[in-house]
Amino acid sequence: MRINKTEIVDTFAEAFEMCGARVIITADTKQWARAAAASMTGFATSVIRCKLEAAVECEIPEEDTPDRRPGISVLLFTMSSKTITGQLIDRIGQCVMTCPTTACYNGLESDKTVVVGGKLRFFGDSYQISKLINGRKLWRIPVMEGEFLVDDSFGIQPAVGGGNLIIFGSSKNLALRAATAAANAMREVAGVFLPFPQGVVRSGSKIGSHYKALIASTNVPYCPTLRSISPNTVIPENVEAIYEIVADGLNEGVVQEAMRRGIHAAAEKGAVMVSAGNYGGELGKYKFYLHEIAK
Amino acid sequence: MSVTLLQLHTQTEVPLEAEAISPARLSGLSESGIEHQQVMHGNVKAKIGDFFKVTGKGNSNLHLEGDMSNIKMIGAGMSQGKITIEGDVGMHVGIGMSGGEILVKGNSSDWVGPEMSGGRITIMGNAGHMVGSAFRGQPIGIQGGEIFIHGDAKNEIGNSMRRGLIAIGGNTGDFTGVNMLAGTIIVVGEMGIRTGAGMKRGTIVSFQDAPMLPSFEYSCTYHPLFLRFYLLRLQENGFQRKIQDKHLNGKYKRYSGDGIELNRGEVLLLSR
Repeated sequence: MRINKTEIVDTFAEAFEMCGARVIITADTKQWARAAAASMTGFATSVIRCKLEAAVECEIPEEDTPDRRPGISVLLFTMSSKTITGQLIDRIGQCVMTCPTTACYNGLESDKTVVVGGKLRFFGDSYQISKLINGRKLWRIPVMEGEFLVDDSFGIQPAVGGGNLIIFGSSKNLALRAATAAANAMREVAGVFLPFPQGVVRSGSKIGSHYKALIASTNVPYCPTLRSISPNTVIPENVEAIYEIVADGLNEGVVQEAMRRGIHAAAEKGAVMVSAGNYGGELGKYKFYLHEIAK
Repeated sequence: MSVTLLQLHTQTEVPLEAEAISPARLSGLSESGIEHQQVMHGNVKAKIGDFFKVTGKGNSNLHLEGDMSNIKMIGAGMSQGKITIEGDVGMHVGIGMSGGEILVKGNSSDWVGPEMSGGRITIMGNAGHMVGSAFRGQPIGIQGGEIFIHGDAKNEIGNSMRRGLIAIGGNTGDFTGVNMLAGTIIVVGEMGIRTGAGMKRGTIVSFQDAPMLPSFEYSCTYHPLFLRFYLLRLQENGFQRKIQDKHLNGKYKRYSGDGIELNRGEVLLLSR
């Protein structure tokens, strides 16, 4: 299958079930909200070593935030509902509560919730105050600036992690241009985030390693420098660089839509080839077939 | 939505205790069934039909017409539905309610919403004493829900309240929030003397200055972000003209008290 001159490989992306939460950070200014969000989503590219995948979903105009201040929506995924509570407590406590003028609210309506503010409240050293407003329980935690306001509970839900595209280019610059365009298009889908820097990964990995201590290592068949010595290289002759885009989403539909947009954006920017990563379909719950998605 | 209409046809000088006038009691009854529900006329048993003309089967939407300033306990124990009262209402309206809504288009007498735990009572006019307060001898007042008084209210608003929101669009009398355990009281107008006396926890907010008891100490002037949630809630419920940007964005003087109790309560007064 081709879109323009780009070959779309007949393969599929294999994705996994994760556990997701959405956090709304507000502040007196956009700049402080962004600062908290940047801190909160730092070191959150891959569950392999970070234990969490997270990124900014979008900025929210002040008329749409709970306290009518500039806001940012952040999505955070872990591999299970057991691990997400600790990550929310740690990252809200260390990255948002510490940031001037911010407040932190739940952004996901869900039947299943985890207590976050209700744990962070202990930082208030018994001077914290709870407020129940139209069914919403908030904690006011005294801090040196005044008060930090945080929701008692945050919704969590099953989510999809590991949707991906692999973009081949005839040079590093052209490959990166296509990957960047694809990432920008994918980020526009509500409920989707790209956990890697600017959404683009240069060090895609495969399962296992030459070294027993490692559970993942560089994706040898996709490394241009190893093309001549890798017995199972997948790199065509006219390709000099490859990037991967990983997309996580709150459900299968939004990940699929993001991948569709990404394929077309990469093709429009002259990618030589677009493929996807999988593990033979044995490990992941979700399969996204590129030819079906790209139609 | 269909409505059950109750029109007062016989005024009473002796107070009528009409706790039967509640969706919980009347839903599903025929007109005749509603008319035969018992009320207490002083210490004499009577029927709703002795005082009201009933139109429509009983459902969760009751509409009451007439001067009910001498009729007590309307909406007792209601957990859902709505009662609209076209006129004044007597004492103990909404006693023990846990859900639903009562709208009074006139004034109310004393003891609005005693023992309330949920739902909303709106009084478009003025209210008497003891709004959302504990009965004498009881340790705890309302434990949830919302009481909105668009006019003035008298003494001891929110006495011993444990949770919930009481908003007063006008002025209040003395002892606003006396013995509060928790919860929130917002007064748009002026408060009388001895605000928050004996309060353990809880929040009392006023947009006007107020004389503070010596057992309350000034802490700071700041913008309490949480207050926006309450003020936005009030704007959504008929207080649009009374809640302005200066209230949403303003700074408030925070007083901690009552020092003779836990000292974990607060009075927030809009800073000029």
